[in-house]
Amino acid sequence: MAEVKKEHQLIVSVSPHIKSEETTSRIMWSVNASLLPATVMGAYFFGPRAVFTVAISIIAAVLSEYIFQKALKKKVTVTDGSAFLTGLLLGMNLPPSIPIYIPIVGSFVAVVITKQLFGGLGFNVFNPALIGRAFLLISFPRLMTIWKEPTAAFVQLDAKTTATPLGILKEEGVEKLMEVFGDKINLYAQLFVGHRAGSIGETSSIALLIGAAFLFYRGYISWHIPISFLGTAAVMAWIFGAKGALFAGDPIVHLLSGGMLLGAFFMATDYVTCPSVKKGQILFGIGCGFLTMLIRLKGGYPEGVMFAILIMNCFSPLIDRGFKTKVFGAIKQTKEIKR
Amino acid sequence: MALATFKGGIHPPDKKELSKDKTISPTKPPKRVVIPLVQHIGAPCKLAVGVGQEAKKGEVIGTPEGFVSAPVHSSVSGKVIAIGDFPLATGRMVTSVVIENDGKEEWTSLKDNPDYMKLSPDELKAKVKDAGIVGMGGAAFPTHVKLSPPKEKPVDVVILNGAECEPYLTADYRLMIERPQEVVEGLKILMKILGVNKGFIGIEDNKPDAVEAMKKAASGEPNIEVCALEVKYPQGAEKMLIKAAVGREVPPRGLPMDVGVVVQNIGTAVAVYEAARYGKPLIERVVTVTGEGIKEPKNLIVKIGTLVSDLIEECGGFKSEIAKVISGGPMMGFAMYSLDVPVTKGTSGVLVLPEEDVVHAEGFGPCIRCGRCIDICPMGLMPSMLSVLSEKGFYEETKDYNLFDCFECGSCTYVCPSKRPIVQFIRLAKSLVKP
Repeated sequence: MAEVKKEHQLIVSVSPHIKSEETTSRIMWSVNASLLPATVMGAYFFGPRAVFTVAISIIAAVLSEYIFQKALKKKVTVTDGSAFLTGLLLGMNLPPSIPIYIPIVGSFVAVVITKQLFGGLGFNVFNPALIGRAFLLISFPRLMTIWKEPTAAFVQLDAKTTATPLGILKEEGVEKLMEVFGDKINLYAQLFVGHRAGSIGETSSIALLIGAAFLFYRGYISWHIPISFLGTAAVMAWIFGAKGALFAGDPIVHLLSGGMLLGAFFMATDYVTCPSVKKGQILFGIGCGFLTMLIRLKGGYPEGVMFAILIMNCFSPLIDRGFKTKVFGAIKQTKEIKR
Repeated sequence: MALATFKGGIHPPDKKELSKDKTISPTKPPKRVVIPLVQHIGAPCKLAVGVGQEAKKGEVIGTPEGFVSAPVHSSVSGKVIAIGDFPLATGRMVTSVVIENDGKEEWTSLKDNPDYMKLSPDELKAKVKDAGIVGMGGAAFPTHVKLSPPKEKPVDVVILNGAECEPYLTADYRLMIERPQEVVEGLKILMKILGVNKGFIGIEDNKPDAVEAMKKAASGEPNIEVCALEVKYPQGAEKMLIKAAVGREVPPRGLPMDVGVVVQNIGTAVAVYEAARYGKPLIERVVTVTGEGIKEPKNLIVKIGTLVSDLIEECGGFKSEIAKVISGGPMMGFAMYSLDVPVTKGTSGVLVLPEEDVVHAEGFGPCIRCGRCIDICPMGLMPSMLSVLSEKGFYEETKDYNLFDCFECGSCTYVCPSKRPIVQFIRLAKSLVKP
């Protein structure tokens, strides 16, 4: 029999004594990784300037958080990846060639005003990156709508400016869009690969879908928001998308252009600002899809994803209340009389 | 066929492999036992012995006070050397009787009655009551009380809980493998007492050999059905087990008998059989001593009152100096602050986690509203809201989120990526507001 010492050091704590390996920072860094393909495609089509813009945006976001937390003597949490993610998403949502101070201002608004002033991670009402972008779009409307023509060549010195597919659709109609892209098949193919004008990280549908598939695989996002978002948008695009006739719109063009995929898979699904209850998430997604198409088809802007998500963010707490989960065993209970 | 289950739940690593193949073996007779007079939910027992008195094995040393109570018996023969307050694994101080084992193993009386099935339901129930049997899954609710449902709540189903969904524990598993016939007999007695002709044995599907063994043992019993359950924590929680096995949902704050069901643990069924057949009181039980921090994990038959330190010694001691020792499983068990704590009727396992496996609470992050806890809560609650409200001091508001329906299974705390102590926040709120 082994000798047992009488005095052991015992660790005492409350149950449960085991925890899953999932951590907030692992989730955040995984989402950052899932955006890598789309960022790489952005770099490929829009050149070093685009990479520079994204990098500045990230650095500004992380530094803003660091300085804010240091200044207020709070715990510095920049390593959890959430400020990095905000910077990355903001950078991906900016036009490729833009003065350097724009992403800095945007990141500051996103991280400090939208997130930290509301209490930091978990307490912000709005998606920080989207508020950052909305602020920039309203403050610098011209700079924020200069779109560069994509080229496959990495080094490009004299970039031409052009309009985004949604811009063409809005201003000149679907005929002009066909004229620019040749035929329908080529249009779809270019949109799918990402060879079109637009924000740095939003253009390549295939790269975004690869990233989204990774998030699904890891269980970090569920179908509820993206599918209801995209489904509603597709139906609305089909019914109301064509001028002069109902049920003649092209849903594919709408789904693959603008920030639809980036928004539906990566921004509307932001844990903090979307509803937590799955049933509520479906309503949230439907609202996002509806508002996006309302703005695209009837509003003053060619693109509506950003405002749609921000507006729905306001409703998240209310949706969670309305869709409060049913307690086990309550199914057949008669309704209580409320005081 | 899809496996029976409930909505929600988690999949922690089950770690059963450490002890699942260890045959139940007896422990070395302890030098002395410390037998608490409260080992059950309900009123403490009245002391029935004095210091210096000799006690035989099976002799009553504590008589029940009130209906919800159960007698306590001596688990050894020997002399009462002390009576005083000693801690339980939970830290609660309880009047206990210390008996020095004389090693003679002298019984009070033990009679084999092979015709126990001819006894009337009331006679059988009296035997269960006299044997001091309580729920052996951990809650330790007096069994005879569960077997006395009020008239307005007729019971038509008995379910034996063989889920053993807590990781690591294998005590019930070994009983089902080694003594399946006794489990079935115990279930038959329980059914007879309740006048029920439908019995189920629910077993998680990570124990296919136990499912097989029980199916074989119950093959001659048309009224007994063995059902394989999906492997998922907390499959063995009463309400979840009932939902999985018979598809009924116990109403919030209700009891299984509200839907006509009585649930009993596997170990309890064996104890019921031994009480009915031999008149044997509950003075020993199977305890799994396991974990990465113990040298030789074992399934042991342990006399009630044996100190955990004796069990640790029996199993070769710790692998490292510093460890966390848990009474019960890792999800709902209690970390002990002393090893000189007795095994009671509700002790299903002693789990030793080495220091490197202990998740230290190094602070926690804010709720990022990811909704994982909401998705997995077996009770359909919103643990995230409960924890945030409680953290901010909005205790009354937690009632709007069904605070008191939480049975503290710990699943939310297990999945939380921000490592928030959600269950603790819930316990805090529970202690500060009235239901």
